[in-house]
Amino acid sequence: MRVLVTGASGLLGSAVAEILQAGHEVRTFQRRPSGVRGATDFLGSITNPADIALAVDGVDAIVHLAAKVSLAGDPADFEAVNVGGTRALIAAARGFGVPRMVFVSSPSVAHAGSSIVGDDALPADPAHARGDYARTKAAAELLALAADSPELRIVVVRPHLVWGPGDTQLVERVVDRARSGRLPLLGHGAGLIDTIYIDNAASGIAAALDRVDAVHGNAYVLTNGEPRPVAELLAGICAAAGVAAPAWRVPAVVARAAGSAIEAVWRVAPGADEPPMTRFLAEQLSTAHWFDQRRTRDDLQWVPAVSLDEGFRRLAAHYAAEGLSL
Amino acid sequence: MTSRLPRAATVPAPATLPPSDLPGLDPAFSRLIDVHESDGVIGGAQDGAPRTWHVLDNGPRLAQLGVTPVGTILCVHGNPTWSYLWRSLVSQATDAALDGKPAWRVIAVDQLDMGFSERTGVARPLARRVRDLDDFTTAIGLDGPVVTLGHDWGGVVSMGWAVNHPDLLSGVMMLNTAIHQPESSPIPAPLRLALGPGILGRATVATPAFLETTLALAHPPLASDVKNAYRAPYRTAERRGGIGGFVADIPVDAAHESTPELDRIASELTRLTVPTLMLWGPRDPIFGDRYLDDLVDRMPHADVHRFEGAGHLIAEDVDYASSVLTWLADQAGLESLEALASLESFDAAAEHPEVGVAPGLLLGDAAPARNRLWHYLDELRDSDETALIEMVPAQGAGPRVVSWKLLSKRVNQIAAGLNRIGVKKGDRVSLLIQPGADLTAVLYACLRLGAIVVIADAGLGLRGLTRAVRGAWPDHVIGQLPGLVAARALGWPGQKISTVRYPASTGAALGLSHALADIVELGVDQALPEEPAATDVAAVLFTSGSTGPAKGVVYTHDQLSAIVEALSGQYGVGVGTGLVAGFAPFALLGPALGARSVTPDMNVTSPKTLTASAVAAAVAAVEATVVFLSPAAVANVVATSAALTDLDRSALAGVQDFLSAGAPVSEPLLTAIAALMPNASAHTPYGMTEGLLMTDITLEGIREAALAVDADGPGGVCVGLPTATTRVRISALNASAEATGELSTEPGITGEIVVSAPHLKDHYDRLWRTDRASRIGAIAGERWHRTGDVGHFDAAGRLWVEGRLPHVIAAPTGVVTPVGLELSFEKIPTVSRAAAVGIGPAGTQAIVAIIETQPPARRVSLASPELAASVRASVSQPVAAVIVLPHLPTDIRHNSKIDRTKLSLWAARILGGGRMVRP
Repeated sequence: MRVLVTGASGLLGSAVAEILQAGHEVRTFQRRPSGVRGATDFLGSITNPADIALAVDGVDAIVHLAAKVSLAGDPADFEAVNVGGTRALIAAARGFGVPRMVFVSSPSVAHAGSSIVGDDALPADPAHARGDYARTKAAAELLALAADSPELRIVVVRPHLVWGPGDTQLVERVVDRARSGRLPLLGHGAGLIDTIYIDNAASGIAAALDRVDAVHGNAYVLTNGEPRPVAELLAGICAAAGVAAPAWRVPAVVARAAGSAIEAVWRVAPGADEPPMTRFLAEQLSTAHWFDQRRTRDDLQWVPAVSLDEGFRRLAAHYAAEGLSL
Repeated sequence: MTSRLPRAATVPAPATLPPSDLPGLDPAFSRLIDVHESDGVIGGAQDGAPRTWHVLDNGPRLAQLGVTPVGTILCVHGNPTWSYLWRSLVSQATDAALDGKPAWRVIAVDQLDMGFSERTGVARPLARRVRDLDDFTTAIGLDGPVVTLGHDWGGVVSMGWAVNHPDLLSGVMMLNTAIHQPESSPIPAPLRLALGPGILGRATVATPAFLETTLALAHPPLASDVKNAYRAPYRTAERRGGIGGFVADIPVDAAHESTPELDRIASELTRLTVPTLMLWGPRDPIFGDRYLDDLVDRMPHADVHRFEGAGHLIAEDVDYASSVLTWLADQAGLESLEALASLESFDAAAEHPEVGVAPGLLLGDAAPARNRLWHYLDELRDSDETALIEMVPAQGAGPRVVSWKLLSKRVNQIAAGLNRIGVKKGDRVSLLIQPGADLTAVLYACLRLGAIVVIADAGLGLRGLTRAVRGAWPDHVIGQLPGLVAARALGWPGQKISTVRYPASTGAALGLSHALADIVELGVDQALPEEPAATDVAAVLFTSGSTGPAKGVVYTHDQLSAIVEALSGQYGVGVGTGLVAGFAPFALLGPALGARSVTPDMNVTSPKTLTASAVAAAVAAVEATVVFLSPAAVANVVATSAALTDLDRSALAGVQDFLSAGAPVSEPLLTAIAALMPNASAHTPYGMTEGLLMTDITLEGIREAALAVDADGPGGVCVGLPTATTRVRISALNASAEATGELSTEPGITGEIVVSAPHLKDHYDRLWRTDRASRIGAIAGERWHRTGDVGHFDAAGRLWVEGRLPHVIAAPTGVVTPVGLELSFEKIPTVSRAAAVGIGPAGTQAIVAIIETQPPARRVSLASPELAASVRASVSQPVAAVIVLPHLPTDIRHNSKIDRTKLSLWAARILGGGRMVRP
């Protein structure tokens, strides 16, 4: 098949593009070159229908990862990229008769702030999702599922907290903050959290593409299926990077309140980076969220190949190599 | 209405439909039906005033679905509720019909002057109300079969209808109600209060006080929208006349207008033979266990279930509707089973060769050639040999030695004396006496008399004991001081008899009727009544309560005799054997075994108090060759063995069989105690209150079994082979850890352990649902018991116990039993004890290790990275989290069973982001 991967310059997008090279002809679509060897880059904006049309014309399947992923920013941007972009991409897919699409979403689309304890993928809920990212991804997921049809078969996958070497979303943040002593543990750090190692997320998305004809119209959460206390996860990442694990605690309630306050201030006067704590992140890091993976594994005929501990080893090897090269 | 009620109670008003938005009530079930009031003669003319009833009725819906009902459930609410009480039954019965299950039509009436039915403005005493219901069923042309269901005073009205319609009646069901007020006891205090002069009208009609008080009786409290639904028809004083009328109609004494009708129903009820179900909420300040006991006496064939924790509004507290529908389905099933059984009983046996057992085993129950429990008391009645010794008697200096002659005489005197003060066959007698000579004598006296002994271990604690005693509702209590004080203070039922004589003032304060010495005197030279039958109920023994509220386990005489036979067969205990009885259930069986038994110096409520020296002294006293101890006692005996003298040690060297019963004992502990009794074969049998001796294994057997363990670890504790008359089967677990497999002996399959033996329990007392659940999957016509334990057989046919069924972890990789994991964790040097629990939904549970370390942790926390890594490396299953804590909570009675259910909830809170508090 000829497969279009959107957002292939990101960590997960490039991993997906790479893994799909094995059996497919891969085309990518994003603003910057993907850097994926062997893939054909189509550069453009997901908010520009003309750019999209060029990329979509002639493909047999689309894996849609392009999104505005951030904990802060202008709500209009989230809306334009995540909702508008998805709508435009679906319209193009229909227009060119593309029969398959994998929409990459996030479990946060169904997360209203309370604990998730062994739930399967619940319906996306824009009204209750926390933050602009989750809200707009939820709306986009609903659009995608509504567009599912025999002619355009769409499956949704929601990888949860993707991490691995080169990851700027979770690992770099954790490591940077730990290095500068700004990484507290929220509460006692005992909340069980299930994450997914980058290679597993990529293989899970590839599996969804393989199985889309059989499972379209459904949403699946992708995780390693290894819930761990958040303190252990942070300690594992820090140990791999050779920095000290967080040693100071902030009560979860305080963190959430602080998150809300900082989030509000940031919106008025945005900093260069992003807020050090948001309410969303505070909730993510102080409540349990782990998932029932049985349906995902059965339907996608997929199991994660890299265990959590193997993932930490690979992360450590990455940092060791980085250290050598510096 | 009666003059005691305000004028508001006499204002007529037409019936209406309820509001359409009441929670849980589908307005489509509501109907208004016109009924002419009869002249009072059953089946007589109906030319009286027309009355409009509001009823819930799923009949039209069933007709719409084209379903023919198998029968009708006629529901009658009490005071001050209305048919809203039955909404879940109407819905569930309709849903069941939709699912293709047997369809029951449910008709739930609002009695006249109540709910949304007509306000008639005239008084409606009980006889009138029963006739009203007759009029109603005649008007709608109700045809059989009908099963009645009533609550509170609706129970009385429905039973009145039931006794009037034997032709239509096929069953009777009731929730908390009453049919008789014993003259000896006052009516319940809340009603007495409401009936007070000047109170009645104000409490019931002028204000909603009575209504509000009733609505506050729910456990847990009712949601406010549900409360509002109950209030909906009773918003004004004019609407509440019926509430006052009902209270005024309570027959407080013989002169009351409704007393004759109540007495008529009560006496005719005893002639009903139709299947009967009583569902009860014991936390009821009005219709408490006293009234349940009265109803059970009238209808002894009834299936009874007491929902511990539920109260007067049982219909709101528990899912009574599913119980009702399950019970009804069982009744239909029983009929067809009976029909089948009579047709093809021989064929059925031939079709199930896999259940084939030694001939005679199946017949064992039917053909009791076993000795009666008092066999040796009769046979040795002239023997001066020692029957029992109490090392430290309750009064005076020990040891107290009792010969067979004296014991036999005393037992007969007590039996005859008890009989003279009114204790008779079938009466329940609660024994609150510490093990020893007094308990033994009273126990055998009751058994000989045919009175049912109720025994609850003081280890249950006061709350547990109170629950147990109230649940069993004894007619008599025989006890010692602590028990009697508690009985008085906590209002335990029954005539009270003390083992020792107290000054009159003490006796009066304790509400005592007699002392044991009086009973003995009364019984001197008195003839004994006829022996009870082997099939009569002999005892109600309470479980430890380590797995929920203590349950009463009912044994017949023959089943107790079968325990004696099993013990004597397994351990060779018989006439002349010296027996140290340190484990309560077996201790009592000494005289039935013909053994010379001795109670060592120990506080039986705390087995931990037994010392090695005390055991040695007891062994020496009767030259014991057999020693029975509880596991907690074993640990302390080993711990105190340094104090043993050479003389003690030589006495212990005479022991041939040592037995630790109650919970499995570890190999190291068994080795340690075996070293104290070098010539004894050390046994640790497997059993439970419901079946005291199911399998047995010796120390050598445990060592041999350990050799057969493969690399994956033992996966449990080996409890050996089934005893001679016991059959053990495994019911395999599905992915959600439910034991759904067929009964099997296949090795290597983990599932619930299911047992059958002549010495198995008969049933649970007043726990119909629990009893039913414990028999599911039983071979038809046989007595089997689902133990709630999980385990597997090995290739040699040995049983391995892996934990409790509710503790099984249903992980996505398959079901995992905790014991195997825990044994692996405990091999780590810094781990002293461990518990493995699952958290999250069945089928996708995460495994959590909870660790007590050596040295103990000072507070609860996540394990250090090193410990967490060791714990994870010790097992092949993924462990999500490792928590350390200072002390693992255990069951108080056995001091050895870890409460994994509680731990699982605790771990789930912590790992859900909750506070790091101790469990």
